[in-house]
Amino acid sequence: MSKSLPILRAAAGMTLAFLFLPLVIILLYAFNTEEAAFTFPPPGLTLQWFGVALQRQDFWNAFGLSLRVAAIATAAALVLGTLAAAAVYRFNFFGKETISFLLLLPIALPGIVSGIALRASLGLADIPFSFWTIVIGHATFCVVTVYNNVLARFRRLSRSQIEASMDLGANGIQTFRYIILPELATALLAGGMLAFALSFDEIIVTTFTAGQEQTLPIWMFSQLTRPRQRPVTNVVAFLVILLTALPILWAHRLTQKSNES
Amino acid sequence: MLARLSNYLYRHPTVLLLMLLGPPLLYMLGFYVAPLAVLLVNSFYRLDDFTGQVVREVSLQQYATLLQGANLDIFGRTALMAFVVTLACVVLAFPLAYYIARHAGPRTKAALYLSVLLPLWSSYLVKVYAWKLLLSQEGIVNWVFEKLGLQGVLTALLAVPGIGGPSLSISNIGIFIAFVYTWLPYMILPMQAALERVPNSLLEASGDLGARPAETFRTVTLPLIIPGVVAGSIFTFSLTLGDFVIPAILGNSSFYIGQAVLTFQGSSGNVPLAAAFTVVPIVIMILYLIGAKRVGAFDAL
Repeated sequence: MSKSLPILRAAAGMTLAFLFLPLVIILLYAFNTEEAAFTFPPPGLTLQWFGVALQRQDFWNAFGLSLRVAAIATAAALVLGTLAAAAVYRFNFFGKETISFLLLLPIALPGIVSGIALRASLGLADIPFSFWTIVIGHATFCVVTVYNNVLARFRRLSRSQIEASMDLGANGIQTFRYIILPELATALLAGGMLAFALSFDEIIVTTFTAGQEQTLPIWMFSQLTRPRQRPVTNVVAFLVILLTALPILWAHRLTQKSNES
Repeated sequence: MLARLSNYLYRHPTVLLLMLLGPPLLYMLGFYVAPLAVLLVNSFYRLDDFTGQVVREVSLQQYATLLQGANLDIFGRTALMAFVVTLACVVLAFPLAYYIARHAGPRTKAALYLSVLLPLWSSYLVKVYAWKLLLSQEGIVNWVFEKLGLQGVLTALLAVPGIGGPSLSISNIGIFIAFVYTWLPYMILPMQAALERVPNSLLEASGDLGARPAETFRTVTLPLIIPGVVAGSIFTFSLTLGDFVIPAILGNSSFYIGQAVLTFQGSSGNVPLAAAFTVVPIVIMILYLIGAKRVGAFDAL
């Protein structure tokens, strides 16, 4: 095995480079002076486009909408995912195996399926597209991230603690509030962040449920297919990369810490 | 009040179960399963030729349309793309997953794990956009080929019918690269997790019994990581099947399933045909999921 280690190292390094090259390019091109093309190396660097991008109202509207949608879809996923996880952990019931499958389905089946299915149903029920139709679609695939995280944490929870709490006279709700919930906190945080990120980034389902509303991914898509100001797209791409990288680094810290303790 | 509720629930666990399971189950049934059923029913309706309205009569007309040559091409193209993308993801993911799982020390492992998570969670559209930048005529990939004096290779590659095009950023090669890139982390993570679960003792035992490393790999490691690979392939395969963004941005006029559904549904308002079109990826994925469950991929997710 030792003879093949350098080869493995090199191959792993190449995959790693492949993973990072596009992100680095995005960071570089945000400072590009060129307006109409993607010439490499960029002919010049400037900060000018950051100012322009930050003054584009359409960008801010899309950004705000995406934040609000993700916040509500995440809240819904936190509640529904935790309830489902608690039910699966606490009880044995007919069809228990199916619950995981059902919750996984929205991310296992292509997004276009959920999208067109919701679209057809909204049409059938004569429900107009709105902020809420976007949220409803997002929550369906966000639940599973919370469910998986919380269920995994439930399974690591020691029964003896719960029994001790009950023996000492706490009722079920008190036990949940003072024993179980604190244990679940980081799982809820991790699951919630994944849900938020999924929702914030989603475009396939959203295309079918958004009507005229523009979330940030839909805004970006329209910028890619019908570019108005390329440099603005570059800057927004840069900002979005930073925006996603920072919470991930932070969450990673957090899980590292909770694993060590 | 709360205490009484709590006691009541303790004595009536079925009520508690209903309270816990009810909301998520109703939500998923109402907003996911029911729409799927509506979709399925729609695929049996048809469009009136004159009015362009949906006629709610059961017929197999849409499914007959699916079998037309141009549509079969779309399914074939998409399924083939999903397959080669999945294959490429397996090949590219393996060395990194293996290194993270079996060679990296704790600190390196954490750092490498993070460097898989970062691209995974970076905005999907930004990643696709990045490839538009990288692959465009004047972009970095062309520049590298030029500097290496390999311009001819690139031109020859782009001249191949079916996979080529006017530039890398408008070709099936470009679509392929972007797909592989965007879904690669979904393969690395379950593969790495599966590799980590392979007990060292088994590998040592295999070595002690006289197997050479390659043999140990083939007969011990490989069978044990198959569930992880299949788990990853659920994502790479399914996500490719339904995507319309990457082909729209990097492709030419040859459609993929996602684009076809979007077009039927959007510009021509033909929901029945769009519905019938999505039934194909649903059937493919359900068969795939059943197979995946058989090999134990669900425990590897």
